[in-house]
Amino acid sequence: MSVIDVRELRKEFTVRVRAGRLRREKRTVAAVAGVDLRVERGELLGYIGPNGAGKSTTLKMLTGVLTPTSGQVRVCGLRPVPERTRLALRVGVVFGQRSQLWWDLPLRESFDLLRHVYRVPAAAHAARLRRCRDLLDLDAFADTPVRQLSLGQRMRGELTAALLHGPEVLFLDEPTIGLDVVSRQAVRGFLAELGRAGDTTLVLTTHDLADIERLCPRLVVIDHGRVVHDGPIAALHDRYGSRRLVVADLDTALPQPPELPGAPLLRVEADGHRLVFALESAGVADVVAALAGRAALRDVSIVEPDIEDVVARLYAGKEGPLVNASGRAGAPS
Amino acid sequence: MADHRLRAYGALLGAQARSQAAYRASFAVDLVGNVGATVFDVVTVLVIFGVTRELGGFTLRETLVMVGLSACAFATADLLVGNVERLPAYVRTGLFDAVLLRPLGALPQLLLMDLPLRKASRAVFGLAVLLVALARAGIEWTPGRVALAVAAPLAGVVFFGSVFVATATVSFYWTESGELANSVTYGGRDFTSYPVTIFDGWFRAAFAYGMGFAFVSYQPALALLGRADPLGLPAWMGWASPTVALVAAALAATAWRVGVRHYRSTGS
Repeated sequence: MSVIDVRELRKEFTVRVRAGRLRREKRTVAAVAGVDLRVERGELLGYIGPNGAGKSTTLKMLTGVLTPTSGQVRVCGLRPVPERTRLALRVGVVFGQRSQLWWDLPLRESFDLLRHVYRVPAAAHAARLRRCRDLLDLDAFADTPVRQLSLGQRMRGELTAALLHGPEVLFLDEPTIGLDVVSRQAVRGFLAELGRAGDTTLVLTTHDLADIERLCPRLVVIDHGRVVHDGPIAALHDRYGSRRLVVADLDTALPQPPELPGAPLLRVEADGHRLVFALESAGVADVVAALAGRAALRDVSIVEPDIEDVVARLYAGKEGPLVNASGRAGAPS
Repeated sequence: MADHRLRAYGALLGAQARSQAAYRASFAVDLVGNVGATVFDVVTVLVIFGVTRELGGFTLRETLVMVGLSACAFATADLLVGNVERLPAYVRTGLFDAVLLRPLGALPQLLLMDLPLRKASRAVFGLAVLLVALARAGIEWTPGRVALAVAAPLAGVVFFGSVFVATATVSFYWTESGELANSVTYGGRDFTSYPVTIFDGWFRAAFAYGMGFAFVSYQPALALLGRADPLGLPAWMGWASPTVALVAAALAATAWRVGVRHYRSTGS
């Protein structure tokens, strides 16, 4: 059974829009417009989309905060809204812009309180806390009131708080937003470690695509409340034809640009001193070897495809026919 | 299960107490300041009786029973449940999301997480006013009246608590609802500090019996004092406060549950 099973999920809001000087018109807006999603135990799922695409709304429906307008939701086999408190014992949630911690109390006391709130046996609680303390370096600020913590410290506290009851699913809404480089690395490293252990399912929304590249083998892209991509990042590159590039700097320009099988020449720059090839079927070694046989190479670099570009194109709607990249059910666009 | 929950709520309450202890000086000031409002209510009634011997057909001692019932019920309800009026702020700042993510009831969490212990002084003062008023009113005590003297303030607490919760749920639909809620809760408190006979017409009908505020102080006071209702309602109405309070609590609980379902949360 899937840990998360969502079918035809919709959430509509009524907004009042000004129409004329005094009149206001009611209009119905679908924040989530028919999302289908199945997530298996231990999966690491990146859930991304532009602002207002419906990411947070989806997460709030999965955790029982918001009542869906229609559709089916099961998380850990439970219906989130009617069985909210039972579900809360089995999932953890980190909302980057909401705190689960007690503002005026030392971090350590929040952890202790959560043990009572989630009814965690003392031994299990202590073991989980010890693990987080080591991995997230909590000891340095465990006795500081939460209101005095830096954002990075607080986020590490939030992560720990969300994991102390041993959740089966961890939902993370923008966990790295506003963090400095060091804290971001710490959070990512910690989540990667958690994912490797394999028994926690992670669902992560983010604006920082590096989070996804680092952590999530599976990427779901949502736009205007619908799933527009569901599959590995590589499948997204395939679909949009984004490829790795080989950039070769030559000592002397070649009279005629070489033709390499499986690696078409994209551009010639710097008066023929720089050649840019796209890697299709050829490997990096093939291209470098072929070039080295014909010209004096000064430098070779490999440029990874830029996921941001791909996603920007996806949001802009410049796409071919919608392919279901992973073979999983995806909503028709 | 229930035992675990109680312990969890206890832990939340303890955390709240420790958080407030972080601001010790302001806590002490609030503790004293909060008595002020209720003192003012009592003084107002004394001043009125300085210029008249009767108010709506009731003497000072009789009226003070109503003042006592009202003050005790309102101040205690305000201590226990009054903070629900901050719901619009919780909705706006997203704190309500955090509350819904925990494995506990949303309403008890909200109340315990922010229980205004500084208002305790006022509840104690309200109780003192009631005890003095009951002692000085010349009541002919019977076992029934003793039971009513205990039950009526409790019913009043439940009733005002229900009013606090029900009016706060409006903010699930309409975020800027604070003033509307205040007009009902604080308006209700002022209304119950006087005999309903001083009010008139549709206003009296709506507040006293439409919304049920007559059962907080006026009707139980009649039964305690052994007076017939000048407005002609039957004597058993004086004993109906607990029933009215339970009905109000059921309505408030329903309103709360429906409201939570309508909760829209805020952006990301």
